[in-house]
Amino acid sequence: MAETNLKALGGLLARQGILVAFVVFMIAFALWNPRFIEIDNVFSVIRSSAILGVMALGVTFVVIGGNLDLSVGSLLSFSAIVVLDLHETPGFGPALAIPAMYAMTMGIGAVIGFLVGYLKLNSLIVTLGMLSAIHGLTLTWSGGQNMDIANQQETWFGIFGRGTALGIPIPVLMFGLLAAVLAIILAKTPFGRKVYAVGGNGTAATFSGIPRARVVFFTYIISSFCVATAGLIQASRTMGAQNTVGQGMELEVLAAVILGGASLLGGSGTVFKTVIGVLILGFIQNGLLLAGLEFYVQFVVTWIIIILAVWLDIATKRGKLWSPIA
Amino acid sequence: MQRETLKNLLKNGAIWGFIVLELVFFQVVGSVLSLSETAFIDPDNMLLLLKQSAPIGIIAVGMTVIMINGNIDLSVGATYALAGIVMLDSMTWPIFVGLGDWAIPFAWLMALLTGCALGLINGLIVWKTGVDAFIVTLGAMLGFRGLVFMYNGQQPTYHLNWTMVDIAEWGVFGLQTSALVFIGVSLLVWLMMTRTVHGRNAYAIGNNREAAVNAGIRVGPHILINFVLIGFLAALSAVAFYSGSGSVNPNDGMLFELWAITAVVLGGTKLAGGAGSIVGTFGGVIAIQLLRKGLGHIGAQTETVNLVIGLILIAVLLLDKQLNRQGQQELKL
Repeated sequence: MAETNLKALGGLLARQGILVAFVVFMIAFALWNPRFIEIDNVFSVIRSSAILGVMALGVTFVVIGGNLDLSVGSLLSFSAIVVLDLHETPGFGPALAIPAMYAMTMGIGAVIGFLVGYLKLNSLIVTLGMLSAIHGLTLTWSGGQNMDIANQQETWFGIFGRGTALGIPIPVLMFGLLAAVLAIILAKTPFGRKVYAVGGNGTAATFSGIPRARVVFFTYIISSFCVATAGLIQASRTMGAQNTVGQGMELEVLAAVILGGASLLGGSGTVFKTVIGVLILGFIQNGLLLAGLEFYVQFVVTWIIIILAVWLDIATKRGKLWSPIA
Repeated sequence: MQRETLKNLLKNGAIWGFIVLELVFFQVVGSVLSLSETAFIDPDNMLLLLKQSAPIGIIAVGMTVIMINGNIDLSVGATYALAGIVMLDSMTWPIFVGLGDWAIPFAWLMALLTGCALGLINGLIVWKTGVDAFIVTLGAMLGFRGLVFMYNGQQPTYHLNWTMVDIAEWGVFGLQTSALVFIGVSLLVWLMMTRTVHGRNAYAIGNNREAAVNAGIRVGPHILINFVLIGFLAALSAVAFYSGSGSVNPNDGMLFELWAITAVVLGGTKLAGGAGSIVGTFGGVIAIQLLRKGLGHIGAQTETVNLVIGLILIAVLLLDKQLNRQGQQELKL
């Protein structure tokens, strides 16, 4: 009897564990330091999480579809460098530079989608290769130089990273809006259901007439669209970028998605949960900073939280704490 | 039958064919364009190449074992940095500092123990919790990097000992210590994978874990040993490199895991586990380094190296798919 209760509790924790942990964490920190939940602080956390968050939204689609995307960090650097360089090109300006950057970034996304979707190549290796290739492309484009906007007063380009509307920072608005749209696409449209089907059981999906290749292709298109948006925010916020601005972000993004509860096997996860995963990472970082700890302590905390979260998840599914591996 | 043999030859020999192709290509292009005074296939150049490929190479050998076993390790870059920091820092510990140059073996020991301990942590978590190695080591990559920063903040760790530098630059037949370590490690691990029960079981587990369990193989300890091994090798790589350089930056070793995996995959090891060889990985490491050096030799921008390697990796995957149609292996998570 006690065991079933425990299991029921475990089940609840596993389903909403991340949310419960998040709320507990927020309350504990707010009691310790009321500044933590002041509206300014909350906005500053969400704003600084926005770039990671926007990327994580797209990767959520890829992961639910049963694949990985390790190229998003590299692609972020690419999009930031490209948009800045085009902005500085005579005759371009922001109004032309931004759509051109979106087109190029999504073009690369289409290449990845083609390789993984239609040619059925292993997504880990393809995106690993693309990580390297895109980095090379970025360096070739920029000639190894940092990109800066020379005349920062005379352009409206900064609005995406620095502006506010109705008192809310624009990056937060963009993150929120994109999250809402993608959540609806994933949860309420036929395409969203197909993504789950393909990731859950690709063979079954194929037999029920779902075009697996096309669905996977579009998950990568969505991912590259999100990366382009994140690159725009990044470039606009700093009005300049290094070639390595996104380096290492692919794994942080993946950590946020996993923390949100998406399974790397595909077929499970939601946009909402990913947002929670991103916010947890953001607030942990902020909380530790407010506590006077250095930023790198969050890496260790994140490590422990990721493993505990995933462990709890699979332990409740199998009904045993320890793995059956002999 | 003959077709099969040809196929196998193509599959196993592809990396060596590729290396020969690279050598010829860079030699010919280099002399036609007469961009460089020296020939590309110059003995000194080739020996230097072995030394330069050692840091990634030693780690790639460990990665091969992990991947044959059906797992993956993304935390090796951080392990490499932490082991390097522990090694240099331990030289200044009060208990060792009085030993003079005799502190060196203890510093090496400390670094290697650090590597083993980090590997042990990963292995135990993978074994006992059943969480997939990709997630465990992804978390560890962040966590170990955090430990690296916590050790000495964002400052580089610096300690130069000339005896240690001499050891690092010691060599026979022009092969310096790190190159010798790379060759030695490849040989020993090759023997382990082909001649011992542990090696055979590692292949069996990677090929089909269920079947291995049914055959009475204890999966857990083998996984654990392999994680300790890769931790040890990442630390050994740090020992070989930092003994000579004497300074560790907290960002060192980033992306090493990705380079190592690239070399392993180029060498023909399957992501799904159960197939692959140390010899192939050795070839993969050499091929990548040749490409790096070769592109420099013919005057290409260094940035194109990343582009070319990325494209080659994808091309290899495509080729492998064509040659090996029945093996539609997906990433096992």
